[in-house]
Amino acid sequence: MAEAIGEKALSNAKKMTIICTKGSLDWAYPPFILATTAAAMDVDVTMFFTFYGLQLLQKDLKLKVTPLGNPAMSMPMGGMHMSMPNMVGMIPGVTDMASVMMKNLIKKKGVASIEELREAATLSDVRMIGCQMTLDLFELDKKDMIDEIEIGGAATWMESALESDINLYM
Amino acid sequence: MADEVLDAKGLNCPLPILKAKKALNGLVDGKTLEVLSTDPGSVADFEAFCRATGNELVEHNNDGDIYRFLIKRVA
Repeated sequence: MAEAIGEKALSNAKKMTIICTKGSLDWAYPPFILATTAAAMDVDVTMFFTFYGLQLLQKDLKLKVTPLGNPAMSMPMGGMHMSMPNMVGMIPGVTDMASVMMKNLIKKKGVASIEELREAATLSDVRMIGCQMTLDLFELDKKDMIDEIEIGGAATWMESALESDINLYM
Repeated sequence: MADEVLDAKGLNCPLPILKAKKALNGLVDGKTLEVLSTDPGSVADFEAFCRATGNELVEHNNDGDIYRFLIKRVA
């Protein structure tokens, strides 16, 4: 009978989906932290990557963070906090500098890299769906993305969302 | 004495939980895992993790900046 019931019906696990729409270093964290933690707590997780979020599936990640338009960005430095005047973010090189500073801080504080979290997600069977429309729109190639993903659209996410207990948009 | 020890000192959220889950997967039911962490947030997180997954948090305490959790794998 088990075959007839099918795999889905046999699973009692709670389900969660996350729509990932942002591709910057800072915004890459919330979806991957929640996805990996949920998977560790026996939740079936589906992540749907669309628009800039699709960049998070590139084999070679070059994630950056910018202080431009982000008045809340304040970096600890020698016991103080440094925040940049917003306009400084416009100067060429500032985004790269801020990104290097953030990555150094992440390493120093024992925070996982996005590469590590993404690997943990694939190892714990988090389902990752890349958005077909975004691939077409930005002329991205699935060959440049990690192998563990599948490609789908809004209806693919919707099917998961309808049977999920938690649906998040980030 | 725990059956296995996981040193998660210096790691930040969510790594202690992810590594603990991986270590628990390698144990059979009834065996225990001791986790050492320096993340103050891991106290609330391991309590929640055990409540949600059904694994038993046998005891936890801290010695200075080091937090110690004893978790028994339950199904």
